[in-house]
Amino acid sequence: MPINYYIFLAVALFCIGVAGVLTRRNAIIIFMCIELMLNAVNLLLVAFSKMHYHALSATAPHAGIDGQLFVFFIMVVAAAEVSVGLAVIVMMYRNTHSIDVNFLNRLKH
Amino acid sequence: MSIQSIWLVPALPLIGFLINGLFRNSLSKSLTGIIGSGTILLSFVVSLLIFGQVRQPGFQGEVVTLFDFITVGKLSIPFAFQVDQLSTLFLLIITGVGFLIHLYSTSYMHEEAAPHFARYFAYLNLFVFSMLLLVLGANFIILFIGWEGVGLCSYLLIGYWFKNLDYGNAAKKAFIMNRIGDLGFLIAIFLMIRQFGSVEFGEVFAHASSAKVGVLTAITMLLFVGATGKSAQIPLYTWLPDAMAGPTPVSALIHAATMVTAGIYMIARSHVLYDLTPVTQSVVAVIGLLTALLAATIALKQNDIKKVLAYSTVSQLGYMFLGLGVGAYTGAVFHVMTHAFFKALLFLGAGSVIHAMGGEQDMRRMGGLRKWMPVTNLTFLVGCVAIAGIPPFSGFFSKDEILAAAYAKNPVYYGVGLFTALLTAFYMFRLYATTFSGGFRGTQDQEHHLHESPSAITIPLIVLAILATVAGFLGIPEAIAPDAHVLGKYLAPVIGGEAHGGVEVSKGTELGLMALAAVLALVVSVWAWVRFKSRPDLAEPTGFGKVLANKWYVDELYNAVIVKPLDLLAQLLVFIEKNIIDGIVNGVGRLVQYGSRQLRLLQSGQVGGYVLLMVVGILVLFLVELFVKK
Repeated sequence: MPINYYIFLAVALFCIGVAGVLTRRNAIIIFMCIELMLNAVNLLLVAFSKMHYHALSATAPHAGIDGQLFVFFIMVVAAAEVSVGLAVIVMMYRNTHSIDVNFLNRLKH
Repeated sequence: MSIQSIWLVPALPLIGFLINGLFRNSLSKSLTGIIGSGTILLSFVVSLLIFGQVRQPGFQGEVVTLFDFITVGKLSIPFAFQVDQLSTLFLLIITGVGFLIHLYSTSYMHEEAAPHFARYFAYLNLFVFSMLLLVLGANFIILFIGWEGVGLCSYLLIGYWFKNLDYGNAAKKAFIMNRIGDLGFLIAIFLMIRQFGSVEFGEVFAHASSAKVGVLTAITMLLFVGATGKSAQIPLYTWLPDAMAGPTPVSALIHAATMVTAGIYMIARSHVLYDLTPVTQSVVAVIGLLTALLAATIALKQNDIKKVLAYSTVSQLGYMFLGLGVGAYTGAVFHVMTHAFFKALLFLGAGSVIHAMGGEQDMRRMGGLRKWMPVTNLTFLVGCVAIAGIPPFSGFFSKDEILAAAYAKNPVYYGVGLFTALLTAFYMFRLYATTFSGGFRGTQDQEHHLHESPSAITIPLIVLAILATVAGFLGIPEAIAPDAHVLGKYLAPVIGGEAHGGVEVSKGTELGLMALAAVLALVVSVWAWVRFKSRPDLAEPTGFGKVLANKWYVDELYNAVIVKPLDLLAQLLVFIEKNIIDGIVNGVGRLVQYGSRQLRLLQSGQVGGYVLLMVVGILVLFLVELFVKK
């Protein structure tokens, strides 16, 4: 499959993520959109990794392997981020009885 | 007492300065006075002991190195003291006259509040310390440190009554004029370092003859510029009369007996350089002569008792420079010594008069004071006779030595010098007659208040009067008694034997000149005394007298030529500073403040807004990456 398809899919996912973050007020959905963006990047990394492996494996046996490694890092970071983020959301709900991010500007005062 | 303990001489006044300066709020007045005068007295005793060694025949100058002061590259400047006949003589004058004036001050300044009294003594001790450093330094840098130190103390003491704005201005004037001279001195030191690679007296003088005359002339001229500032010569003399704003004992110590003779000391010390540069010598002689004449003419018409003495100091300093210029270094130093005695005496006497008159300084409101103040009257008369050059008082011998050397060099010098000496006799006896003879012209209150001063004031007067009478016998000229010039023989190892400038006049001529000077001085003195005793000079001066009373309008000239243009320049610079430079600085500040106030609005707390901005930012970066050509 040509790499373009992966790229378009990844861009589409990313844009959906961005749009979601910008427009939604529900913290959980914003969170999911962030995950979507991260995964769009993961997809892209895996796709390029595969592409490089096919093209260069004859001369370099480990070609593209760093892309795969990055994906694991991102997944680990994302997992950690989710746990922290969900905890924040829980605390936010306890304090405001809402998970609407617009209420967060109360920190200003 | 070994020569090595010379450091005690300046250290003692320094200790006095520290104690009086640091504890001025807790010390009582009597304790302050004891510490202030006592340290100087101890210093004088140490100086005397050292003098006992130095005066032994065959003593060659010794350099006592205390520690390394500056070492840069090949240049090494030790903190060293030069102990020889010349510096020891100055030590005795400074600490001796200094002690008498400290003693005098304990009574004269008694009305001051205790902290100010201690401040006064602290400054005075610091001055003595600096002055001792100046004469003891074994190189030009140490000399320069003392030089600056005395300038500072002079400033502090002229402005001692700092609440009076005029006094503050007088202090600033003195300081700035001295700075102008100091700049010349400093450049001379730099030139010396460049030429000789050293500033030590020994090294510089040893290599002087191998240097080019042009460089030497530059060095000596610049040193002389420094001397004109400190010793109040044309064109930098106008600060000295204004310096009379300080307390009278200060005028006696700093502005008559010691500090102003620093220039003479410096030139006598570096006479090796001056001997090699006849051009500078002529300049020194001419400037000295002109200053002597100019100041003497101004003194004729002054009515402030201290101003007369101030101009007479300038005039006598001019004499000393004339002596230096014609090569009579011994004569100049001799005159420094006798002048220190009789001028300190005159100033202290004037202080005693001012004290009795309750602060009045205008001698038109005095008169007949001898009835109330017998001791002051008598000692003041001795001072007048000494400065007028009437034998056998000290001024006659020192003045005569300079005049004889001047005659040998150039009879014109002699003529002008003699004329100035007669002017001196005239205005001194005008001063004496107006103040002490005739009837009292002050108010009833003042007349009621008149009294002889207490013994702390009269004792220094008596001691100084005795010194002013007998000091002349240290330098009896060859023409009167061969081999009787004690001072000349004493100073010979440092200054050399050329007491009369190399060119000798015949014994007959010298005796003739001497008799002429003495008789004329006597005649003029008596004439002035008789004239002003019955008809004191009370009217406002007119015509030429007005020009003299206004000091030849030199202050006004300086104001118009130098001060006014500088003021205008300063105003222009203030305008630039206030509007342009400050404008830029303040503008930048205001811009940042305004910008940050606007940017602050972006931090709304709306997370969505932040994310939007972030996305917009990323998009912009993308666009830049894609479309902007590298």
